[in-house]
Amino acid sequence: MKPRCFQIQPQDNVATLIDDAISGPVEVIGASRSELIAPEKIDRGHKVALCDVAAGEAIMKFGVRIGHATRPISRGAWVHLHNLTSDLDDRSGTLDLHTGAPTDTTTAYV
Amino acid sequence: MSDALHNQSWQGYLRPDGRKGIRNLVLVIYTVECAQHVSYAIANGEEDTHVIGFPGCYDNAYAIRLMLALARHPNVGAVLSVGLGCEYTQPEKIADAVRASGRPAEWFFIQQAGGTRTSVAKGKEIVARLRAQIRKETPRVTMTPADLTVGCECGGSDGTSGLAGNPAVGAFFDRLVDAGGRAVFEETVEMIGLREHMLARAANPEARQQLAGAYDKAERYCRSVRQWSVSPGNFAGGLTTIEEKSLGAFAKGGTRPIQGVIRVAEQPRGPGLWILDSVPDEHFMQFGYTNPNDTEGLMDLISAGSQIVLFVTGRGSVIGSPVAPLIKITGNSATFRAMEEDMDFDAGRVLAGEMTIAQAGDALADLVTRVAAGNPSKPEQLGHREYFIMYKHQETPSLAAGCRA
Repeated sequence: MKPRCFQIQPQDNVATLIDDAISGPVEVIGASRSELIAPEKIDRGHKVALCDVAAGEAIMKFGVRIGHATRPISRGAWVHLHNLTSDLDDRSGTLDLHTGAPTDTTTAYV
Repeated sequence: MSDALHNQSWQGYLRPDGRKGIRNLVLVIYTVECAQHVSYAIANGEEDTHVIGFPGCYDNAYAIRLMLALARHPNVGAVLSVGLGCEYTQPEKIADAVRASGRPAEWFFIQQAGGTRTSVAKGKEIVARLRAQIRKETPRVTMTPADLTVGCECGGSDGTSGLAGNPAVGAFFDRLVDAGGRAVFEETVEMIGLREHMLARAANPEARQQLAGAYDKAERYCRSVRQWSVSPGNFAGGLTTIEEKSLGAFAKGGTRPIQGVIRVAEQPRGPGLWILDSVPDEHFMQFGYTNPNDTEGLMDLISAGSQIVLFVTGRGSVIGSPVAPLIKITGNSATFRAMEEDMDFDAGRVLAGEMTIAQAGDALADLVTRVAAGNPSKPEQLGHREYFIMYKHQETPSLAAGCRA
């Protein structure tokens, strides 16, 4: 069975993976049905882009703006800390992509 | 529409203020960290005996109000408060306030009782006496879902929390509100980014004004401490921004109108859905964190009179709570399988297509009713009673300042 991702609202430009994806086809379910190609291994719970998104454009999930793209994102790509940042939280762009750990506190542990 | 809660009833415990409890507990309260070991030793091995307290020597109105709300909680029948003898917080005043609520209460200072062993023996003797008294004297009463206050928070969220775990609670909250009960959710710092979305849910202009005030304070607070309520575990689980986490967290509020905002230790002013504001008020030293951990959030919800609390997790959790049983829900079936001994409810079945959100709401309503009727939740069975409160500044004009004033 192909891994699946779930789109919550029709206006969303990201969907949440409910299975782990490897590079290859992913089935979109929920508010719309289609198929996209994941370019890499992406864990379940993470988001993939449902369309091409330009830098600065809003990222929509649950029908609501959850932040903006910091670089161009192609359909199928993993959407996370490396290309999406909060409109409010100024630390959001500084976090480690894989662990989410802060990278702006190196001097606090010395 | 709310079939799962129709015609449900069970036997509870009637308190002098008319509220009804689902457990009949003796609460041991320590008034400073120095009395903590003795208090836990008193409760150790004692049936239906839980421990809460405050570690600080210098007292704090927020902490005292919170302890008094737990001491006079519908699930609590009697209280023993134990002090060391040097601290500001006065165990005698706590016992007096509890007695004024119609419950038996006793207190002592360890320095006057003797040492550790003498104090533990004295405390155990008091607990046994209080327990026998409330078991004999507390009137039993029929309860229905309209008598329930249920609180909910989420922690260790991942991508499934907003898709399944919190929406399942939202469906249950809709049912509870329709049945005349009270539903309370909190974490206004996890409503950041949703100002208009949230205000649109207000039941009336007064509620809208309260929601706007709570939202704006939460945003100012997060900006000033540069701490948004999102953590490395959330990011690793696939959440990217606080706005995204907020939407998932807000889903536990279901779809019914929000009646207003209550603060820590305040009780909902009527039936329906309420938001609890646990964010510190503006103060000269930005006193206290909003929710330093999941446990303090649960204590806040229990202080609002919740007889049962729900905890939604994606990544997994092994906490429980004193005073009110905790029911643990996950939207992640892999987490449920890995931690089944701790998890009460698998809402991940929604994502697998095995049930709808509405069916999950019904199944959760059944589970809540069973726990209300006396069946222990998994954290209760495992003996989890994590407890934590810390210094915080919060004005609560509608409540007395606590036992210090």
